[in-house]
Amino acid sequence: MASTTSYKDRNLIAVIGDEDSITGLLLAGIGHVSDNQKKNFLVVDPKTPVATIESSFQDFTERKDIAILLINQHIAEKIRPTIDKYNQAFPALVEIPSKDHPYDPSKDSVLKRVQKLFGD
Amino acid sequence: MSGTGPRENVFATRMALTNTKLRLKGAQTGHSLLAKKRDALTTRFRAILRKVDEAKRKMGKVMQLASFSMAEVTYATGDISYLVQEQAKQATFRVKAKQENVSGVVLPAFEVDRVPGSDFNLTGLGRGGQQIIKSKEVYAKALETLVELASLQTAFTILDEVIRATNRRVNAIEHVVMPRLENTIKYIISELDEMDREEFFRLKKVQGKKKRDSAAKTALEEGTQDKPPMIESSIPEDDEASANLLSTKDEDVIF
Repeated sequence: MASTTSYKDRNLIAVIGDEDSITGLLLAGIGHVSDNQKKNFLVVDPKTPVATIESSFQDFTERKDIAILLINQHIAEKIRPTIDKYNQAFPALVEIPSKDHPYDPSKDSVLKRVQKLFGD
Repeated sequence: MSGTGPRENVFATRMALTNTKLRLKGAQTGHSLLAKKRDALTTRFRAILRKVDEAKRKMGKVMQLASFSMAEVTYATGDISYLVQEQAKQATFRVKAKQENVSGVVLPAFEVDRVPGSDFNLTGLGRGGQQIIKSKEVYAKALETLVELASLQTAFTILDEVIRATNRRVNAIEHVVMPRLENTIKYIISELDEMDREEFFRLKKVQGKKKRDSAAKTALEEGTQDKPPMIESSIPEDDEASANLLSTKDEDVIF
């Protein structure tokens, strides 16, 4: 069961995404740098190693002030096993489309589960 | 019969029988209540599933729009990504969690919580300010959709888990607890019947013995008073003969 006591102080939105998505979302005002200089966003370009994505994914999911974690679908694809294993309620993981990669519902880990449940 | 299947470890008494019957009744009530809860949750779950599906598709469109407005910004102002990333300090777009109660399950839902003001007051000062403002709004709208989707998804995850737990409980009561109590009741009843039969047999035996004893006594008394020993008791022949012999001898001695 998710920790129902702690979700009250979760109020940030974190992003892992490519430069354009991040810029747009930051413009909307989700950017936050905490007291210990920790950012709540990670810019991923084609050269970013998978290990970095993986570790910041872990980092974001373990932070106590993040309510929602957005991740570009093509980046989620790179760490798919980790994403599929992730089943905590908080932070809520949402896969979003990016500019160069149109949204593909069949790859989404949540939608996959939805399809499975509707199937039987 | 009583020996089949697992059962509770109780003494076969009437009180235990009453208790076990009460517990079986309780288990049945609990079972039906839990089944109802499961049905209610499943109904809710189905509705949420449909909404999640819808929201995901809607998100695809909204994000496309947002990307397009971002492209406009890049066209008008040039690359502002570095500037924006460096200037982000305090989140103005936050979420707030509120609760919703579905048959005893607390579902959190996120709400958008925007603080006026922005870190990017100077961005686009030279040119493209309008595009930036427009893009900001479009992205904020997109984020609202995303927040909605996130709360649906959270509800989905939590409900999924709760439904599974409830299902496990329903099945445990149906397939483990209730058969066990039923077995216990059967065992106690059969044991009580057995005791009843034993008691009956014992009484019969006692009565038989009493009858025999009283018959023997009457025979003895009749033997002392009258000659004809027409005894219909269950006393064996030898005893009868010896009794007769004894009585004749006695008469001899006295007279």
